[in-house]
Amino acid sequence: MLKNNSTSIEISRNNKNIYWKNTLFVIFDKGSTTIGLALLFIIMSIITTDFLSVDNLVNVMRQSAVLCIMAVAMTFIIITGGIDLSAGSQLAVSGVAVSGLIAAGVPIPLAILITIIIGGLIGLFMGTVISTQNIPPFIVTLAMLTILSGIAFVYTEGTPIVVSNALFREIGRGFIGPIPTAIVIMIIVAIIGHLLLSHTRFGRYVYTIGDNEEAARLCGINVKLVKTGVYAFGGAIMAIAGIVLASRLSSGSPNAGTGSELDAIAAVVLGGTNLFGGEGKISGTLMGVAIISILNNGLNLLNVSSYNQLMIKGVVILLAVWLNSIKARRKASV
Amino acid sequence: MNSPIIELKHITKSFSGVKALTDVSLTVHPGSVHALVGENGAGKSTLMKILTGAYSKSSGEIYYKGEKVENMDPKNSKKLGIHCIYQELNVANHLTVAENVFLGSQPVNKMGFIDWKQMNQAAKEIFASLQINLDPKQMAKDVSIAQKQMIEIARAISQDAKILIMDEPTSSLSERETEILLSLVTELKNKGVSILYISHRMDEIFKVCDTVTILRDGKYIKSLPMSEVKNVDTLVELMVNRKMESYFNKVDVPIGEPILKVQNLSKTGVLNDINFDLRTGEILGIAGLVGSGRTEIAQALFGMLKKDTGEILIDDKKVEIKGPSDAIKLGLGFVTENRKETGLVLKQTVRDNISLPNLRKYTNKLFINKTVEKKESEDYKKKLNIKARSIEQTISTLSGGNQQKAIISRWMIQEPRILILDEPCRGVDVGAKAEIFAQISKLAEQGVGIIMISSELAEIVGMSDRTIVMREGTIAGELEKDMITSDNILKLAFGGGISA
Ligand SMILES: Nc1ncnc2c1ncn2[C@@H]1O[C@H](COP(=O)(O)OP(=O)(O)OP(=O)(O)O)[C@@H](O)[C@H]1O
Ligand SMILES: [Mg+2]
Repeated sequence: MLKNNSTSIEISRNNKNIYWKNTLFVIFDKGSTTIGLALLFIIMSIITTDFLSVDNLVNVMRQSAVLCIMAVAMTFIIITGGIDLSAGSQLAVSGVAVSGLIAAGVPIPLAILITIIIGGLIGLFMGTVISTQNIPPFIVTLAMLTILSGIAFVYTEGTPIVVSNALFREIGRGFIGPIPTAIVIMIIVAIIGHLLLSHTRFGRYVYTIGDNEEAARLCGINVKLVKTGVYAFGGAIMAIAGIVLASRLSSGSPNAGTGSELDAIAAVVLGGTNLFGGEGKISGTLMGVAIISILNNGLNLLNVSSYNQLMIKGVVILLAVWLNSIKARRKASV
Repeated sequence: MNSPIIELKHITKSFSGVKALTDVSLTVHPGSVHALVGENGAGKSTLMKILTGAYSKSSGEIYYKGEKVENMDPKNSKKLGIHCIYQELNVANHLTVAENVFLGSQPVNKMGFIDWKQMNQAAKEIFASLQINLDPKQMAKDVSIAQKQMIEIARAISQDAKILIMDEPTSSLSERETEILLSLVTELKNKGVSILYISHRMDEIFKVCDTVTILRDGKYIKSLPMSEVKNVDTLVELMVNRKMESYFNKVDVPIGEPILKVQNLSKTGVLNDINFDLRTGEILGIAGLVGSGRTEIAQALFGMLKKDTGEILIDDKKVEIKGPSDAIKLGLGFVTENRKETGLVLKQTVRDNISLPNLRKYTNKLFINKTVEKKESEDYKKKLNIKARSIEQTISTLSGGNQQKAIISRWMIQEPRILILDEPCRGVDVGAKAEIFAQISKLAEQGVGIIMISSELAEIVGMSDRTIVMREGTIAGELEKDMITSDNILKLAFGGGISA
């Protein structure tokens, strides 16, 4: 009798433990990105004097606009199970394109439109190669990284095309009311991305293809078309990012955006999107972007050298991916 | 009686607060075959995953030969000789058959490289001992689902399992392969292996099992020796807790005009001069052994298999079906035999999976109308009694049979004119089967033409208006009405003649 009692207590304690473990895990699971972001925010507020000021925070957001626009496009691509390593070069190409067009006297709206179309066509090309020739996205976009970068250098002969037009500069530096124009553009892109992904057939197909391509095909989904569409859409969005960047720099430089694809990929992964496809959200990506941007800003405020910044960012990304994989494993065996 | 090899005591398991198992106990003796039965979602697979350490239990104890096992993780359970052939098969498609058999334990030579010769030879020997006809060097992606099942069994045997769990091993096997598998089970038992056997096919349980444990809604109902179970009906009654009236709810409806005609359909090495037609309101059964070309007919109709010659006519008009999207546009629907590989979108919800081919219907202008979408998914969740906490539950966390029901709903909502069902009741329990057949019958009543491929003769006999029996890629014969009997089907399938 006594023995029985003790075992039942043992069991209930055991249960309680598991209950707590599970609850903690659920919080961690649902909100690890949010928690990370909040911690980072608090730490930066404490260890730097300038971080927590309206000016600085607006600055952080404005600087994150380009990254954020890129990351929205990257989210789509990664959810299909693909990747775009050429995003940085696409930024350079669209930057020099829009600057070149404006320098040649093309009216600004038209120059912007043409640049976005060029971006879309670049994406269309990559998407077509990827979906019809069955070459992994990794390879195709890696090749495009150097091809596009080359094109940007050849076109500019290596020197940035300076745009002195004041109107054009407004995109990256101006304000609409109290809000920086770049932030407005970023918000619009994010909203469009979210609506497409969560409320349209196209979005649903993007997830499905990233999870089970064969099932998608058998349900009548034109897998090739959707994949191509994702890269074309991505290309157009990357062009917008490139335009915003060129405007902020008042020039189109073949060096602009170099390496930024890695930040974009990192932001998407930090935001909980599955690198193998099938899962992810724009809201997560926004948080990922915030983490990277705050990290960049904070490290600058702390006068950390750029090489050290790279190392720290690398560690953060590794940590995030590691946590994600723990979550996945945990989920599989709860 | 000899002392038990495995004892599970008072096992409870909950998934985020919801109990899947409540106080379940199970005792397995060495050299016996122990059946585990229960409806879809009763907790059978979950209990087995706790035994293999794939899931951690919430509470309860596990004993191995009378000793308590504190930490049952996959490594530990493997060490104890526990091996599980899961319901959803784990075969790496891009590896060869032999590699799959020796997955994780490939024989190596002195240099540490894989010894291919030895591996292929060993695989061949295992196959021979199991009377399995499989080429070890073949790529796994090219073999049928039944053969994949055989690969898994060979893997278990190569690892010298002491306790073998088989979770619905025959759900994709035809009569003949089932026979082979069952004799294999008996053979293993005689060698002293303990087998835990999960199946929804009751006759098998009576053939090979010594003891049976019944689960219902995650609760332990009882364990008893098979000798004390009178017949299938008593067992089913214990499972579902009510009397089953009928298994096949076939309503005879007037059969209309031919809607589909297949003429001289051929594909080298697979299909040879196939001719048949399908009428509105008709249920056409396709029987035959696994590999006899049944699935290939369906695939050719759905644009997944390129035919060499032949014609397909719908409403007497010749049609070109280049891919599934063409087929769907022409009014075809297809429930494939392998839900994990070609049906389920595992990371998505039950709702997403049900609406996948129907999203066009829910879209007005640009956006998906989620209210309508949800309503329809809810409807079918009720209609087919899909056991899920809500339609927003991730489908990978549903029990196998319930996943199957979701896939079937997907195509019912699509309102096809011609519905092809390849093993529609794979892994579905007896009660739910009756439910699904009732729905299929209703579709026929509405004038849908139905092609039903099945390895379970009872299903073909019970449901079809007409039956085609396939043998080695050709139609061995066609049976109508009273001629549709198990005997006749088997005779045709094995190449014998039938007497009228
Ligand atoms: N990972 C999981 N997360 C949440 N719920 C789960 C998970 N795995 C199983 N379940 C739930 O546990 C219950 C039992 O499922 P289980 O797979 O054990 O059923 P089963 O008896 O094997 O059924 P079937 O005959 O259909 O295979 C189901 O209601 C299922 O939804
Ligand atoms: Mg199961």
